[in-house]
Amino acid sequence: MARPFTPKVITANDLLEGDVIYFKADGTWTRHMGEAELIVDEAEAQLRLLEAEKQALTTVGAYLADAKAGPNGPEPTHFREEFRRKGPSNYQHGKQEALANV
Amino acid sequence: MYKYNAFDEAFLAERNAQFRAQVERRIDGSLTEDEFKPLRLMNGVYLQLHAYMLRVAIPYGTLNSAQMRQLALLAEKWDKGYGHFTTRQNIQYNWPKLRDIPDMLDALGEVGLHAIQTSGNTIRNTTADHFAGAAADELTDPRPYAELIRQWSTDHPEFQFLGRKFKIGITGSPNDRAVVKAHDVGLRMVQQNGEIGFEVIVGGGLGRTPMVGKVLRDFLPKEDLLPYLEAVLAVYNVLGRRDNKYKARIKITVQENGIEKYRELVEEHFEARRKEFDGTDQLLLAEIKTHFAAPAFRQGSIAAYSAAYDADPVFRAWADTNLAEHRDGEHAIVTVSIKKHGATPGDATAEQMRVMADLAEEFGYDELRISHQQNVIIPHVHKSDLPAIHARLKEHELATANIGLISDIIACPGMDYCALATARSIPVAQELAQRFDDLKLEHDIGHLQIKISGCINACGHHHVAHIGILGLDRAGVENYQITLGGDATETAAIGTRTGPGFAYDEIIPAVERIVQTYLSLRQGDEETFLETYRRLGMEPFKAALYPEAQKKVA
Repeated sequence: MARPFTPKVITANDLLEGDVIYFKADGTWTRHMGEAELIVDEAEAQLRLLEAEKQALTTVGAYLADAKAGPNGPEPTHFREEFRRKGPSNYQHGKQEALANV
Repeated sequence: MYKYNAFDEAFLAERNAQFRAQVERRIDGSLTEDEFKPLRLMNGVYLQLHAYMLRVAIPYGTLNSAQMRQLALLAEKWDKGYGHFTTRQNIQYNWPKLRDIPDMLDALGEVGLHAIQTSGNTIRNTTADHFAGAAADELTDPRPYAELIRQWSTDHPEFQFLGRKFKIGITGSPNDRAVVKAHDVGLRMVQQNGEIGFEVIVGGGLGRTPMVGKVLRDFLPKEDLLPYLEAVLAVYNVLGRRDNKYKARIKITVQENGIEKYRELVEEHFEARRKEFDGTDQLLLAEIKTHFAAPAFRQGSIAAYSAAYDADPVFRAWADTNLAEHRDGEHAIVTVSIKKHGATPGDATAEQMRVMADLAEEFGYDELRISHQQNVIIPHVHKSDLPAIHARLKEHELATANIGLISDIIACPGMDYCALATARSIPVAQELAQRFDDLKLEHDIGHLQIKISGCINACGHHHVAHIGILGLDRAGVENYQITLGGDATETAAIGTRTGPGFAYDEIIPAVERIVQTYLSLRQGDEETFLETYRRLGMEPFKAALYPEAQKKVA
């Protein structure tokens, strides 16, 4: 039996800033994982990744990352994606810095 | 220290202009990422988890105060106010923006620094003994040779597309502080029949297949250095594997072909290569050597030092751990710890960099060094100036007295920054240092090196640590393996794994159990952890780490 598909988000780094970005359902990018499109179908995921990769002029290294649905949109399932979403643990830098300043 | 001539300046300016144009072409869409990536890597630009990272070479670990101030400027102007000193005598900036990097490189060029070949499958920054030119045990200063290698290897057309990266380390002392046996090529200066030459070690390295290097040539005349290195590289370039990234380093080439065959091929090539050298390299070397003449060490009373040593226990503790013997009896080598308990190992703020630059300028003949152990060294200090230096360091959280002790931890950036990492390193180092500081056991424990890597690539040198920690991803959770008995010195050894790994919240107590076991079993205060381990082996430490398994056996 085929293994159940783990839902995915598409993520990459921004070409100029270098920071983490996520692909939205409308084909644009966001800096907040909660706004990303959660893709639940495997074939759809590959198609969406091809769509995202068309924007390689402004983004770097788009890939599919495991995610799950949460109350405020998609959430990471692996600690690597959790660090990418938040920032490093030794300083309040990265995305957590921006959130702290809101 | 080496000062760029007109050729060096023009070369670097042109190279930076090329990179600026490459960045523009990436931004305007003329270059794809696949085309741009090898270009940016050749100039030290990585894309990490949260941002770009710029890795700047500090050739053979040597800086002057103007260079250190420029590093501070970069940290402040284009980064988040700090820089991270690495285990290969580089500094990394974790937050630059792509558009700013050409400006950063130009600013570095103003003080004779660059990021060329700090990445990619080329000859990387040549690292050296951080006490070079100052150490009491040194035969001769290895840095002129390191500078010669830097000039020879920079943009060397034959060695720009090696099968894999290539690291050279050099020391001029019998006591190896540069871990030369864990380099692709290690050079150790030795004396034979009154002549100084090199012992050439090949095929050392850490990573997923750790190996201690083997002696390829027990004595190489100094003047044959470049033709011989060319021979070693040329043989590797042809013989080394390109079918499998994990088998591509020279250590595997040497292992698969045998050291005898490798030596035979190198000697063959060497004969041919030597004929191509017409002595220009020796003229260049003679010129380079003039830049490395030792300063005129001042002489004077050291009474102020002795008085402070007797009167101030804080100064005494610092002097006992952070000073090393200088070749001039009235001078000392100062190691400035950038590992305050609980802080990130190897990080220095722009302000701290400026303080160290000021101290070097005022008291230290304008010289600074960066160690692979991620600390900063002021290599020449007259002992009478030590109390003043210590007082200034204290004001800037730079006076931690922990060199060589359990909190003087090497840690790679790990998953807090690195795209290759499988687990975090930095918080483990922070918590370990804090824990042993809280226990007030550090000075009682004595010399003990902990080194932490956040993945199998072993940038944190965990294989050669007395206690090594390797962070892995086990089924989506951080897990830490421990090795014991590694050694990074002239008696280099790869540590042995204790057994199953530990979860993130178990690793600090696990290390504590190892240390308590050592304290209870050592023969007197003088026996170091490594000596106790060598005397007793793994068993008592295993018993302390895995009491459940021991019970089952019983």
